[in-house]
Amino acid sequence: MRPDLEIIQQWIKPGHHVLDLGCGDGTLLDYLQRERQATGFGLEINPDHITTCMSKGVAVIEQNLDTQGLDNFDDGMFDVVLMTQALQAVRRPDKVLDEMLRLGREGIVTFPNFAHWRLRWGLALSGRMPESEALPYKWYNTPNIRLCTFKDFEALCRQKGIRIKSRRVVDGQHQNSWSARLWPNLLGEIAIYRITRENEQ
Amino acid sequence: MPDSLPADSVGIVTPQSYHFDTPIELACGQSLGSYDLVVETYGELNADASNAVLICHALSGHHHAAGYHSMEDRKPGWWDSCIGPGKPIDTNRFFVVSLNNLGGCHGSTGPSSDNPETGKPYGPEFPVITVSDWVKSQALLADRLGIECWAAVVGGSLGGMQALQWSLDYPDRLRHAVVIASTPRLTAQNIAFNEVARQAITSDREFHGGRYYDFDTLPRRGLMLARMVGHITYLSDASMGEKFGRELREEAYKFGYDAEFQVESYLRYQGERFSESFDANTYLLMTRALDYFDPAYEHGGDLSRAIAAATCEFMVLSFSTDWRFTPQRSEEMVNAMISARKKVSYAEIDAPWGHDAFLIPTPRYTDIFTAYMDRVAREVGA
Repeated sequence: MRPDLEIIQQWIKPGHHVLDLGCGDGTLLDYLQRERQATGFGLEINPDHITTCMSKGVAVIEQNLDTQGLDNFDDGMFDVVLMTQALQAVRRPDKVLDEMLRLGREGIVTFPNFAHWRLRWGLALSGRMPESEALPYKWYNTPNIRLCTFKDFEALCRQKGIRIKSRRVVDGQHQNSWSARLWPNLLGEIAIYRITRENEQ
Repeated sequence: MPDSLPADSVGIVTPQSYHFDTPIELACGQSLGSYDLVVETYGELNADASNAVLICHALSGHHHAAGYHSMEDRKPGWWDSCIGPGKPIDTNRFFVVSLNNLGGCHGSTGPSSDNPETGKPYGPEFPVITVSDWVKSQALLADRLGIECWAAVVGGSLGGMQALQWSLDYPDRLRHAVVIASTPRLTAQNIAFNEVARQAITSDREFHGGRYYDFDTLPRRGLMLARMVGHITYLSDASMGEKFGRELREEAYKFGYDAEFQVESYLRYQGERFSESFDANTYLLMTRALDYFDPAYEHGGDLSRAIAAATCEFMVLSFSTDWRFTPQRSEEMVNAMISARKKVSYAEIDAPWGHDAFLIPTPRYTDIFTAYMDRVAREVGA
């Protein structure tokens, strides 16, 4: 199992009702259903991913966060709302964060760090938009339209009264490295945040 | 006529009739003392009877969903694209049951059948049947066939309504409900189209208050008009445009009112054929069943409360250009299922054919349907 998913599953309690925004081929939900007896839905727009989810027995809803929002889900109906590697691809990440914490008591968000040293180095040296394993696209065709750094994300959370319950920083292979722990915004490639409202426990 | 049967066909099939003589109580308050249901089955029921799939038909449908009745048949059953060896509803794995619903005109007891009390066709005396009544009769059929629990109940359009109703009326008797191109209730516009169809039929002079059998005639004209208006709602603007455009049958306008455009002659042809093969009273009955369907009604209009009773898993599919039962109607259903915390999967298939898209195999539709049914099969060990 991918190490980031390994980290996330530790935060899901047995029987949790979860929503996975941009659930991809349903790998995480499938695992959570089998190993954590979790229930819930994945939202996805990629047709092939949707088909794969269906064959796995993952409940998947074709729904576009940007155009359809999440109005069809009731307040507090989930224990945890997940969003792995998709926050940077939505039009309004700030609003999606609000929605995540409207629907769930807790949110788990992962995204690539645009301040990773290799990206900084690439931009400084070549003067071109950086590309990496986590961000393998050209500037004109990238789905990642809202790239940010760990610091940016944390500033947004502070501004919104969102409490960060925990943060794990990993490298491009999703490995937990000591260097990323030491100097996350420079050496961490992907962060996994566990967030909640200030007033939640 | 096929020269030889396609490899992915269920082949030559023979319908069977099941007679029921325990009265069935209907939603309208009346009951039917005895009745017949005509059924086709495809594939083999496994030892623990866990691999049975029920196919529910739409407005003008019937039991002949797949395969051929004889080598002389021009066309296979109405859902042959989805039922057969290796097809989404794979008859190598599932035992598929398809019936003509009560009130139908293809062999099951309906308005054109003889009323045993009078020896004459029921005609207008035949009770109005609801989706719930159909589901009840299908459950009795399941008892007869030794099927305690369906692996899946599957239907498109009005058939999807039956699949949904199954999940509410007999939650323990199905594992999956597959609801395709359907709606949790008709809109005013849908009912309006049905009303036009019914008016066309009942205002035909040959209708005779529904007793046309006694006069040895048929309300052909009315039924033809009903079918024409219905048919328009099954297609999309784009698909009609592509098929007919403004094409004329001859080269120039004739400055008259005969069928000059191809689309006119197509609709007339379809309507005429239908009026010879379908019973007008059944058409009235089936459109009324559509109008009345509204499981939320008894729950103060709250669909999620209605769906609370369900325990099965759902798959809901809609088609992008379906303006009869739009994707929004499917989403309404899906949202109620989400609110009720039911396990549901949903996809909107991009297809240009309007409501009829549920009968036409497109790659994404076939893939998704196959993926879901494959998982159902694995779940029941089929």
